[in-house]
Amino acid sequence: MKLAVCIYEGPYNHEASDTAYNFIQAALKRGHEFKGIFFYHDGVYNVTKLMEPPQDDRHIANRWSQLGATGIDIVVCIAAAKRRGIVDDVLVPNVRISGLGQLTMMAIEADRLVVFGD
Amino acid sequence: MLHTVNKSPFQNTSLESCIRFTRPGDVILLIEDGVLAAQAGTSKSAMLEEVLAKNEIYALQADLQARALTDLVPGIKVTDYEGFVELVEKHATHAWL
Amino acid sequence: MSEEKKKIMFTVRKAPHGSIYVYEGLEVKLIMAAYDADISVVFMDDGVFAVKQGQNTKALGIKGFEATYGALVDYEITKVFVDRLSMESRGMTEDDLLVIGEDEDTEEPIKPQVVDSDEIAAMMAEQHNILAF
Repeated sequence: MKLAVCIYEGPYNHEASDTAYNFIQAALKRGHEFKGIFFYHDGVYNVTKLMEPPQDDRHIANRWSQLGATGIDIVVCIAAAKRRGIVDDVLVPNVRISGLGQLTMMAIEADRLVVFGD
Repeated sequence: MLHTVNKSPFQNTSLESCIRFTRPGDVILLIEDGVLAAQAGTSKSAMLEEVLAKNEIYALQADLQARALTDLVPGIKVTDYEGFVELVEKHATHAWL
Repeated sequence: MSEEKKKIMFTVRKAPHGSIYVYEGLEVKLIMAAYDADISVVFMDDGVFAVKQGQNTKALGIKGFEATYGALVDYEITKVFVDRLSMESRGMTEDDLLVIGEDEDTEEPIKPQVVDSDEIAAMMAEQHNILAF
């Protein structure tokens, strides 16, 4: 199946990003394809390279970046990002900033869109 | 339809709303703080038992374990992330955020 | 493609202004309206406060959205519903709802349609995907 995921909350503060990540890993294991992963609201903070979590904790931004390196399209909403000071310069590799049209395409083209938030 | 609920029923009415919009054949999946509803012997247990007479309720194992919840309302099914994916394969989802 | 338009529903369950979800959620609706999809919007739970008329955010210093909601019909978002029980249990009546546009022919104001939960549940079951805000 073609899946898409939308994440509304920032890293560490809420479980949404973790649940989404674990869900995506399980979906990939089951052979599903992803139309994309979309970060909205405070979710845009998940992929900034400025984060530096303690070494014994998960590195949320790097985790998303590694997922992006496998070819999954990871999109940060431009409107939400601009509002919060997230620009290309602060992004980890393998993610991109784009418009809400991308979320629209995911909602229309994915067989299932799953939303994670607060 | 698959309804995901991630809120504690002791602090938020998301689960109650979700139940009100649940139709025959729909499935409820408790995730994150939503799994707090799965505990047996709480003020919300009767509400879940009523739903379980008509609909399946799942709770995400990782979230149960993290919260040390082992004694669950009878009938609630425990599932892992792959089980979550299987439910998504079968149903369109609505997140009761 | 001769396929039917995909049905996409937005559920609005959060209260406005206390958090940004309703505001940014509206931005998604306006964008999606420009695409080839069959869009509906349902206000339920505290989301019904988002369509209460007379909101004024000036003193908060927060940009409001009542004017944009007033133009939903202009954006061709016409399937707009309010859950009756959510509305009534929050002390609101149909008269409290804001206008989302006007009828092209009669110029009569159009308000969200108040419906029962079983109707909403039936609509939800028909959707291709649902976005919650």
